[in-house]
Amino acid sequence: MFVEIGHFALALALGVAVVQTIVPLWGVARNDPALASVGPAAAIACFLLVALSFGCLMASYVVSDFSVENVAANSHSTQPLIYKLTSVWGNHEGSMLLWVLILVLFGALVALSRRSLPPKLRAGTLAAQGSVSVAFLAFTLLTSNPFRRLVPAPGEGQDLNPILQDLGLAIHPPLLYVGYVGFSITYAFAVAALIEGKIDAVWARAVRPWTLLAWTFLTLGIAMGSYWAYYELGWGGWWFWDPVENASLMPWLAGTALIHSTVVMEKRDALKVWTILLAILTFSLSLLGTFIVRSGVLTSVHSFASDPQRGLFILGILIAFIGGSLALFAWRAPLLKQGGLFAPVSRESALVVNNLFLATACATVFIGTLYPLVLEMVTGDKISVGPPFFNATFVPLLVPLLLLLPIGQTLAWKRGDLLGAAQRAQVAFGLGVVTTLAIFAFVRGGPVLAPLGIGLGVFLVVGAFWEVGERVVGRASGASAILSRAKGLPRSAWGTALGHAGVGISVIGIAAVAWGTEAIGMLKVGESLTSGRYTVTLEAVTPRTGPNYREDAARFRIVADGRELKPVEAMKRIYTARSMPTTEAGIRTVGLGQAYISLGEPDASGAIAVKLHDKPLILLIWIGALVMAAGGALSLTDRRFRLAAPRRVAAPSALPQPAE
Amino acid sequence: MRALPLLLVGSLALAAPAIAVQPDEVLKNPALEQRARQISSGLRCLVCQNQSIDDSDAPLAKDLRVLVRERLTAGDSDGAVMDFVVARYGDFVLLRPPMNARTIALWAAPFVIVLFGAIFLWRRRNLAAAPAGVTLTAEEQRRLDDLLRDDRG
Repeated sequence: MFVEIGHFALALALGVAVVQTIVPLWGVARNDPALASVGPAAAIACFLLVALSFGCLMASYVVSDFSVENVAANSHSTQPLIYKLTSVWGNHEGSMLLWVLILVLFGALVALSRRSLPPKLRAGTLAAQGSVSVAFLAFTLLTSNPFRRLVPAPGEGQDLNPILQDLGLAIHPPLLYVGYVGFSITYAFAVAALIEGKIDAVWARAVRPWTLLAWTFLTLGIAMGSYWAYYELGWGGWWFWDPVENASLMPWLAGTALIHSTVVMEKRDALKVWTILLAILTFSLSLLGTFIVRSGVLTSVHSFASDPQRGLFILGILIAFIGGSLALFAWRAPLLKQGGLFAPVSRESALVVNNLFLATACATVFIGTLYPLVLEMVTGDKISVGPPFFNATFVPLLVPLLLLLPIGQTLAWKRGDLLGAAQRAQVAFGLGVVTTLAIFAFVRGGPVLAPLGIGLGVFLVVGAFWEVGERVVGRASGASAILSRAKGLPRSAWGTALGHAGVGISVIGIAAVAWGTEAIGMLKVGESLTSGRYTVTLEAVTPRTGPNYREDAARFRIVADGRELKPVEAMKRIYTARSMPTTEAGIRTVGLGQAYISLGEPDASGAIAVKLHDKPLILLIWIGALVMAAGGALSLTDRRFRLAAPRRVAAPSALPQPAE
Repeated sequence: MRALPLLLVGSLALAAPAIAVQPDEVLKNPALEQRARQISSGLRCLVCQNQSIDDSDAPLAKDLRVLVRERLTAGDSDGAVMDFVVARYGDFVLLRPPMNARTIALWAAPFVIVLFGAIFLWRRRNLAAAPAGVTLTAEEQRRLDDLLRDDRG
């Protein structure tokens, strides 16, 4: 019964989304406020219906209703409850439903947001958002229906893919999707502005919190995915330049450019046309990512051709929304008036340079990801574009950007003083250089680039806080004055500092990867293996039984630099339902580094293959991402951006307030 | 398979993860083994999705790893080993695509984009700067200075 209700609610949501798309625009065109105000109610109704539908699917998973094809294919009665719940989105159909749920959630949030938006902008935004909902609700219902029944119902399900039976699945996809889909709001705002032919600081201020929100979640989602892949897949890598990863990196790069360009637009009324274009492109890249992942087109052209229905449908959505919005852009953008002028040396220019490099980096990932596909279609030649290509192109593009970052953020608006900014960055730069030299002096061997990378990271972290530090300490005397000035600084200033420091922290973590070591050996009980600072000794191999798997757990004594640590276990598992083997890495965190043990096959003599990695400072990679996200979240709490701050006094429209 | 595992579901069959290079493959000579690892990480596992033979547990990847080590032990240079593998499997096996007529667009694109972007912006700067060249009256200049001072304050 759940299933039919869920299916029906989803179909009803499609109808409501059609209303949300058409009626408000019609109302605006006919100047009928009653019709124009249908948008919010429709958006909220749409969300409630999809939430009901999602809840129904989840209920079918909880009760293990194997008469539902989706449940039977992706769940098992012995699965722990948490994995029954996460199984909902551990498959194509369910994850599309999650995608749609988040999409309509954002529509409802815009409808509920108390921020005073000009009515036309709100109507246009909700209509544009509604059109995306229509497309994806139709896609889910027509090609990826999770509510299909199975007759006769099997007695037992086929279990969730064991690699996905992990807490990572509970966290990673929802975070990533909130990020991906959150950019749909920015897109909808851009389309609405183009339709209206008007864009100003009010628009920028309305869009910025949504962009920040989406960016923050996307940052967390990517970082979480990276860490999950690191500990789950067992070979200790954290980024592979896999097409699926690139699909999430592209909107992140474009979104990062966007949060910077909207600052310029909000404060200086400049870069309007570019910001609109960027808003469209960011969501277009999210759509492209969905297409890449969902159609399987990059796995193999053949897998796409053998089941073209879904791929073609998403391709249609892609063409309609990207092509449509770009056509609208080409038609309407010339109407937008360019605003504030600025000197070649100014904060604005620095942010333009930021956008140039980020956009190029994004284009590089785009081209690298799609080039093999296009080349094969055009010439039939097969080539591979792997990590060496991206390391050779992406990294050289990012380094100048990062080197300029601490200087750019101290430049004044409109007309800056390059020499002054460079002087203000010199302490940070000096500390970076000293760090690099110290590492060269004290660490023997190792790659040359790593100390430079660490120095760059230190430069970024110190530089990030130098600016706020100056603003706090610079003119204040005495601790209490400093404290009150620190409190008085806008939260977005602290957010910026945190965000940039996070980049530096990640850079340090990435640079330190070069000092990682690994060792491989066949170990019998009692034998040891050493890599870097760690020596592990195999103590015992114990067979165990879990709820839906059997495993052999290998327990290791672990000694770091002569100090005994808590023993660590690595496992080899067989998930019984699919008889699929997995390994669980044994990880012991020491400070910011980790010892990482993975198991291979046993040989005839009873010895087992063991791989031990010493990964110094590896946690900084993800800590940096968390700090970046914290910066985004802190900026979001800035008074200017509070999403749901009630406005008692009905302002005629949000008046542009003086910056800061 | 690799990375963001969830997103792969439904479109791919996932391979069991483990440790790839097996202890019995490792060469006695550490320098040679180091070179073998370096070469392996640039060679694609032909039956996997975007995975190097150094990371893959597929039997074919193992065969290729052993082959690389055999050639190295026989005294081949790194380049000779690469050429040997490419002669057998084609450019597809290289994770770093070779630079040639078919890939020049790929390799050049990032640098062309950043260069043209910079040129475009530089020209725009001149356009934007032009109105600033208009001389201001003394009164306007004074007001401008006030405004600039306020903005810094």
